[in-house]
Amino acid sequence: MSATGIGAAVRRKEDIRFITGKGQYTDDVVRPSATRAVFVRSPHAHAKIKSIDTSAAAKMPGVIAVLTGADLAGDKIGNLICGWMIHSKDGSPMKMAPHPALASGKVNYVGDAVAVVIAETQAQGRDAADKVAVEYEVLPAVSDPAKTKSGPQIHDVAPKNTIYEWSLGDQKAVDAAFAQAKHVTKLDLINNRLVPNAIEPRAALAEYDAGNDSLTLWNTSQNPHVARLVISAFVGIAPEHKLRVIAPDVGGGFGSKIFIYPEEVVCLWAARKVRRPVKWTADRGESFLTDAHGRDHVTHAELALDGDGKILALRAKTIANLGAYMSTFSSSVPTYLYATLMSGQYNIPQIYCEVDAVYTNTAPVDAYRGAGRPEATFVVERLVEVAAREMGLDPADIRKRNFIKSFPHQTPVIMAYDAGDYNASLKKAMELADVKGFNKRKRESARRGKLRGLGYSTYIEACGIAPSQAVGSLGAGVGLWESAEVRVNPTGTVEVLTGCHAHGQGHETTFAQLVSERLGIPFENVSVVHGDTDKVQFGMGTYGSRSGAVGMSAIVKALDKIEAKAKKVAAYMLEAAEGDIEFKDGKFTVAGTDKSAAWGEVALNAYIAHKFSGQELEPGLKETSFYDPTNFTFPAGCHICEVEVDAETGKADIVNWTAVDDFGTVINPMIVEGQVHGGIAQGIGQALLEGAVYDKNGQLVTGSLMDYAMPHAHDLPSFKIGLTETKSPSNPLGIKGCGEAGAIAAPAAVINAITDAIGTEQVVMPATANTVWMAMQQAQPAQRVAAE
Amino acid sequence: MPAVSMTVNGKAVKGDVEERTLLVQFLREDLRLTGTHVGCDTSQCGACVVHIDGIAVKSCTTLALQCEGANITTIEGLADPNGPLHPMQEAFREHHGLQCGYCTPGMIMAALDIVRRKGHDLDEKTIREQLDGNICRCTGYHNIVKAIAAGAKAMGRGGPARQAAE
Repeated sequence: MSATGIGAAVRRKEDIRFITGKGQYTDDVVRPSATRAVFVRSPHAHAKIKSIDTSAAAKMPGVIAVLTGADLAGDKIGNLICGWMIHSKDGSPMKMAPHPALASGKVNYVGDAVAVVIAETQAQGRDAADKVAVEYEVLPAVSDPAKTKSGPQIHDVAPKNTIYEWSLGDQKAVDAAFAQAKHVTKLDLINNRLVPNAIEPRAALAEYDAGNDSLTLWNTSQNPHVARLVISAFVGIAPEHKLRVIAPDVGGGFGSKIFIYPEEVVCLWAARKVRRPVKWTADRGESFLTDAHGRDHVTHAELALDGDGKILALRAKTIANLGAYMSTFSSSVPTYLYATLMSGQYNIPQIYCEVDAVYTNTAPVDAYRGAGRPEATFVVERLVEVAAREMGLDPADIRKRNFIKSFPHQTPVIMAYDAGDYNASLKKAMELADVKGFNKRKRESARRGKLRGLGYSTYIEACGIAPSQAVGSLGAGVGLWESAEVRVNPTGTVEVLTGCHAHGQGHETTFAQLVSERLGIPFENVSVVHGDTDKVQFGMGTYGSRSGAVGMSAIVKALDKIEAKAKKVAAYMLEAAEGDIEFKDGKFTVAGTDKSAAWGEVALNAYIAHKFSGQELEPGLKETSFYDPTNFTFPAGCHICEVEVDAETGKADIVNWTAVDDFGTVINPMIVEGQVHGGIAQGIGQALLEGAVYDKNGQLVTGSLMDYAMPHAHDLPSFKIGLTETKSPSNPLGIKGCGEAGAIAAPAAVINAITDAIGTEQVVMPATANTVWMAMQQAQPAQRVAAE
Repeated sequence: MPAVSMTVNGKAVKGDVEERTLLVQFLREDLRLTGTHVGCDTSQCGACVVHIDGIAVKSCTTLALQCEGANITTIEGLADPNGPLHPMQEAFREHHGLQCGYCTPGMIMAALDIVRRKGHDLDEKTIREQLDGNICRCTGYHNIVKAIAAGAKAMGRGGPARQAAE
């Protein structure tokens, strides 16, 4: 392994600009004579818009334009769409309601934009926005996903607010298996609603070039090409070749910046109308109200086991809240990213899952770190843990008893697991966590009035998203391949253009490591370009832990082509047969001779073309590839959480965290560990702290960082991290992906630990001190009876 | 509009600002020092931390006019652009204390204030408690804590970067 090649903990290229304040985020981009957009948003969760009077606002200082939904409709700007078709059990298509970028006629959640002020400065825009007079007729609202069927109808197209009633698996076979069970474990679970809260708020800057009749959008996007495609093909702002989307440095995404949002549509439309650049940057309050939220499931789940703790079947019924409108990929999250992972790491012969997706008067809900897979893991890992407790089995033993041990393994819910060693990660995690010493630590805690608990989560996820044919057959409107272009310059330096997008993942470093190792050139001589539709031809962006498994595979394919062509050039230079050229460590050699050419010489010769002028070989050294994976990848591992619960207050502190993950090949262990840390923090946040709360009128109660508990440094421990490795056979590098593992594994581990500590299963997330204390009080009478 | 003058990163600057202009707006929009970020509107996230007369302050909650005559240091002024990095910057890079980079300038400026108040030998508990005013969504803080401990130590040993910054 070289110091900068695959497997090396190389320090990141991108850090210099970030630690010196030289990053270029969307709000940092300055365009001449730019204006500011300020949105007028609905204060009501559900209301008819009776009238909008913009006259007073239009007269305010610095105001250039005040635009409404009627203006948008007048200009025939199309609606935002959800790009993944789901069909109900009865075969009917999902009920996608119109989602205009500015509401027209009716508002459906607090924060729904009804008008926009374009002004010289943000302060002037805000002053004027206050003067936009909107008369509402307030309607009853529904925010609880379990109460939508009897609630007020939000969209005409969706009776009883039902978007789809979907199922996966063989219900009859599952029911038959349950009939044979010696033990059935039943749980009611709530997967709490979360606000992604990337620290950089969403932003958009749009500029119209009248000379070319083209538009440029700088935005906080995880996938600028998909944004361009949707804004062109569906919203109809501008044809694809007349719209450039640039996602520069992006300050975290976690899913929330995948989607196409109203504000970027409005900025583009307004920029062309006012013939000046238009910039909008969300304040945190707007982020809370309008960023797509995550999770929000209500589930009843059951596990059937035989007398030895062997799992026979699993069934689950989930209500998934998709909010007021269907966000870009919202329909896929509680279906094909959720029910397909219900097998966990276990050999479960039969699985059946029903999902009802519903509209509510809340912000749209879509993918958030893990997207469906944390929800599935929470169901499976809580069921298995509780089953072990009910049957008097050791929680590690019940897992071992049911682990899948041979691969490939076809689950009853679509996925074909390709490789893994679940015993290995469990064993290593138990050693690192010193599970053997737990009872001693528990006694020591008890002496201090603390209840100590241990919780496992042996999770699996499907990443490397995704084989295009597979997702196409399941309803995806796009293919999920990735593209790469490798440009070798005449001096031998290399630019890699990728369709992935980094917003913290460190692609500029890891992708350069791959190229450096493969071409035998210095790491410093490789730069990675992403996030600009004028530079990179097409790409699907970054989410679903796909950039290593899919994005880097595309680079490998392009590098294969580069090597093949460079060998042809070298053959002319060295006057040898092409088949005799060997390439190793940046040097081309004629096999069995001492004749050689260095990488830089071959690169130069590819461009000067003196040696092969007029031959079939074309000058230049630049190759493109589009890589479509053959399967998902299946990262998996074991996280063990140890908590201490204060018996007096119910406050749970995480005292030990151990994570052992199998991500296949690791390019940069430093970056991989960082991804695991961040994922665990978000998972712990979900389990202990975070929860988006709407009141019954649809008002967001947790609408700021003062009300919504984000994990702070003092809420978290340091983490013990370990790796095991089985390579993915489904891509050339053997990568599985690491970006979401922590967020997927952590919630179940935390709740399993807390419930172990306090001896009752009725703990909902977030498990705040109050929640845990209440659970302990409610459980006490029964425990007293048991003790007596 | 009233005039304001202050020293920013060693340079005398002045401007005409609306009374309601925040220091962070003056820095970002008037002086184009965009290393200082805004991540919230309630003084929780700390992405906007700068030093006013050597003390860490949230520039999103400070009026520009309050800084008349003050000496401001932002992330851009921490190290000589042509010289080595400040030891705390170097520590964040060495320990992978950043991912998306958005909270990082505020984290580094807050870290320096922890060192000012608590010294060069910082234990994990102290660092975690003292970081209450800064939120990172990417790193889970694990590596930020390591970076701050290491950066504080390096500052204690002194070095050219430190002298350049002070």
